[in-house]
Amino acid sequence: MSLLLIVVLPFFGSLAAAFLPSNARNAEAWLAGIVAVTCSVLVADLYPEIARGEVLRVVIPWLPQYGLDFYLRMDGYAWLFAMLVTFMGALVVLYARYYMSAADPVPRFFSFLLAFMGAMVGMVLSGNLIQLVVFWELTSLTSFMLIAYWYHLSEARDGARTALTVTALGGLCLLGGVLLIGEIAGGYDLDEVLGAGDAIRAHPWYPAVLVLVLLGALTKSAQFPFHFWLPHAMAAPTPVSAYLHSATMVKAGVFLLARLWPTLAGTDLWFWIVSLAGLATLLLGAFSAIFQRDMKGVLAYSTISHLGLVTLLLGMNSRVALVAAVFHMMNHATFKASLFMAAGIVDHGTGTRDLRRLSGLARAMPITATLATVAAAAMAGVPLLNGFLSKEMFFAETVFAGEQPIVRIALPALATLAGMFSVAYSLRLIHQVFFGPPAQDLPRTPHEPTRGMLLPSALLVLACLLVGMLPGRTVGPFLATATHAILGDDMPEYSLAVWHGFTLPLFMSVLALVGGCVFYLLLYLHRRRAHGRTPLISRFDGRRTFDVLVVRLIRVAGFVQRLISSRRLQPQLVLIVVITIVAAAFAGGSGSVAPGTREISAIDPTFALLWAVGAACALGAALQAKYHRLAALIMVGGTGLITCLTFAWFSAPDLALTQITVEVVTAVLILLGLRWLPRRIEMDDPRRRTLRARARRVRDAIIAVAVGLGMAGLVFAVLTRPRMLDLSQFFVEHSLPQAGGGNVVNVILVDFRAFDTFGEITVVGIVALTVFALLRRFRPAVESVELPRAQREDAERRGSLTVDPNELLPSGYMMVPAVLVRLLLPMAGLVSLFFLLRGHNLPGGGFIGGLVLATAVIVQYMVGGALWVEARTRLQPMFWISVGLLLAGTAGMAAWFAGRTFLTSFSYELHLPLIGEVHLSSTLWFDIGVYMLVVGATVLMLVALAHQSLRSYRRPTGAHASGVRVDSAADVATEVDR
Amino acid sequence: MEIIFALAIGILSGSGVWLLLRPRTFQVVMGLALLSYAVNLFIFAMGRLVIDRAPILNVGDPTDAVHYADPVPQALVLTAIVISFATTALLLVVVLAARGLTGTDHVDGREGDA
Repeated sequence: MSLLLIVVLPFFGSLAAAFLPSNARNAEAWLAGIVAVTCSVLVADLYPEIARGEVLRVVIPWLPQYGLDFYLRMDGYAWLFAMLVTFMGALVVLYARYYMSAADPVPRFFSFLLAFMGAMVGMVLSGNLIQLVVFWELTSLTSFMLIAYWYHLSEARDGARTALTVTALGGLCLLGGVLLIGEIAGGYDLDEVLGAGDAIRAHPWYPAVLVLVLLGALTKSAQFPFHFWLPHAMAAPTPVSAYLHSATMVKAGVFLLARLWPTLAGTDLWFWIVSLAGLATLLLGAFSAIFQRDMKGVLAYSTISHLGLVTLLLGMNSRVALVAAVFHMMNHATFKASLFMAAGIVDHGTGTRDLRRLSGLARAMPITATLATVAAAAMAGVPLLNGFLSKEMFFAETVFAGEQPIVRIALPALATLAGMFSVAYSLRLIHQVFFGPPAQDLPRTPHEPTRGMLLPSALLVLACLLVGMLPGRTVGPFLATATHAILGDDMPEYSLAVWHGFTLPLFMSVLALVGGCVFYLLLYLHRRRAHGRTPLISRFDGRRTFDVLVVRLIRVAGFVQRLISSRRLQPQLVLIVVITIVAAAFAGGSGSVAPGTREISAIDPTFALLWAVGAACALGAALQAKYHRLAALIMVGGTGLITCLTFAWFSAPDLALTQITVEVVTAVLILLGLRWLPRRIEMDDPRRRTLRARARRVRDAIIAVAVGLGMAGLVFAVLTRPRMLDLSQFFVEHSLPQAGGGNVVNVILVDFRAFDTFGEITVVGIVALTVFALLRRFRPAVESVELPRAQREDAERRGSLTVDPNELLPSGYMMVPAVLVRLLLPMAGLVSLFFLLRGHNLPGGGFIGGLVLATAVIVQYMVGGALWVEARTRLQPMFWISVGLLLAGTAGMAAWFAGRTFLTSFSYELHLPLIGEVHLSSTLWFDIGVYMLVVGATVLMLVALAHQSLRSYRRPTGAHASGVRVDSAADVATEVDR
Repeated sequence: MEIIFALAIGILSGSGVWLLLRPRTFQVVMGLALLSYAVNLFIFAMGRLVIDRAPILNVGDPTDAVHYADPVPQALVLTAIVISFATTALLLVVVLAARGLTGTDHVDGREGDA
């Protein structure tokens, strides 16, 4: 169980850290420190079991049928890394407490640092490869956030973006590789994969697997040619560089290579790719490190170089080399993190990390100087320090690595050369910063930092010394446990002793030390100070290549986007319609759409005549919609009426009723909208059309005819096939006995499929509110603001723009309609209630009733005017919408009290005196909700649109300002809008 | 009857698509209205054409679905009619707002090349 805690605790800590106040440096540090120390104690506590060779497992099944479980697995190797991550985390938290300034928003820092720790521990403890990749990407993401911590600096943003792009792309490749491994091995469990090494190496996919996994590992560990992101990641705060970008995260790549070593290594392909990448990185990194200006730049390139060394060791296909690689990962983490801390201390104390300005700090910062010197000596491979041991193991391995003569000579020679470089840059770092004459023009006066900052660095240096002098007593058993976990019982012979006698590796070490000193001396005498540009290879800048690639990619994407898409609506619609036609033709081509065998009924001449009118209306509307909008609207309405009659003809009274009421409100709606569209006076002259316009019309006509023919053919094919009544049978059978309603259509809507209806009325309510909201910010076009001619003349005749709201009846030609619609209102209300109540057994229902009432209300507005109506009654459409939804919802929830599921209907027979039997049903309740919502939504949309005419009064125009009062109308309109 | 019904749907959908591809917003609104008639009739046609047998039962009526018009497509179309009214309203208001903002009733918000 403590395994789970080790992974989960940092994430909880991260969450808690995010919510602390931004200046709580101490609280944050305590929280993060406690989490890190607790985790490392928990890890350490597991060592006795691990040392016995046990493998600890926690499996939480998630999708076992796909081989996906949350699986934590700790063996000796994972234990070593978990220990490294948690212990180093604790040291870095202590260091960061003093490094971060009071002005930095620390919650973000510690929150992401803890999240990274959780992700990293999760990664090393993953027993499932997919899960490992998830944690792997999580470390990339947290690294991104931490590099970009000071996001006001452009270098931080760029560095973070580069790092994320490179490592996340690598992570994607790794995912691909892992999926292939899973296919071959038959599962993603680490145990399965490690056991399937032979099968994977013999599989034809092996090269692909290897390349994908290596792309992941090499990008993460900043190996050539992907090394360029790491130096730019140094824009991060120094604790982050020490923790993520030298000790832990960049080790993830080599960690994985060693983890999968038994599965993937051992082939020539592995040898050539891995060891060449490692060798190139080792040499380039070490060479570049010599010429950096920035202290952290030197350390970054040196990290790249040391990771290259580890990669090279892993690529040698030798068990002793593997032991050396694991050993060197640990050694590098200790001395490099302590050097980063020293660089941070120097930066803090002097205000700069520029090697050209720093000099002679040993006098002002003696402790820092001592610590850094020892750590740098370990990095250079000076005897009696831990770096020497692993480096000598490395030298020894290069001597015995290859069989070909060229490898036998070149590899040791190049290894020694890299050793010289590393001595040279270590020497330069220490010599330029801490020795020589005291620097004069530093931004701050150098001084020794607080003990809190020195302590983590000192502990790490102490570890370097202890391991370097007493390797067998200190690190020996842990290393043995860790490598045993990878290699099993097939452990090689190796010796961790400091003194092996006068051997060839010793000679190489001495040569590297002497050569490195001489090299630095020559450089120092020759150029005094390095320029910051690496000779010979500075022209090959990976970062520049990356930037150019990114820019090119964006350009190509823009080009392709312009090529295949359009911002214009018409081409998009053409594309949609054409693709639909093609898809339909494709589907029709594979199955048969030929007419079926069902008997065709005889043609009724009346029906034929009806549709002759309907078709004429549709075609007329299609041709006239551009210039004769009113005519087109009337003709569309005509088609709607014919559609309505068709529903009535073919036994669908409910549809006919709905259609006719909707037809009315739609017509009113569009009439209200017509006023705001621009005038169109020019006639469409076919002779003046351009060739292009003509071609487009021909194309559209072809598309339209194709759609028409296709739809007609499809409908005919359906109509001549036998009826399929399986679904209907259920509804017809159960409508009366179970739902107590004879109108099956209504019963389906309010009972069987009431949940659908509930969703639908919600949508209608949302649309109505959206229309209302859009119209609140409506700004009409300037030329539409004027009153229409008819209204203007009417207003001039009456001498007032506004209708007097207190008038009983409007004077003039609107008097008779006004009387009629006022008489109509109560009757329409009655009819709508009638439709609502009888809906369950006869044609009607909430939709139809609601539309009838809404129409009656709208007619009042049309005839009396908005001001007149609203002076008498304040209909609150929003209230109707919300009450309607509430009613429908409570009707559904009422079923819960009867112990049934949502929207189950139930009824109640009530006997009342005088009235007799009353049938109360929850579906009626629901239908009343539908009714109210439809009334509210329809009225809201139409009234909101109607009110726009009132708003336009607020812009007085010169055209008809002849003594007409505009203020009162504007006030009323404003009030109404509210 | 089936032929006329099929032709009617064909003409409605053809006219609707033609208007849908026109450059003026009002044409598109009208086109969608015609297209929604066509689609509603199309869904309705899935229940086949049945005369004088509305799916309304009284106690004692036969409960065999063969005796009635198919109620399922009717229920679907009923909600579709109401929803299409709501979306027409939304489209209209968007079109009006776009016209107010851009000063043109072209579907792209600016006059096209022809």
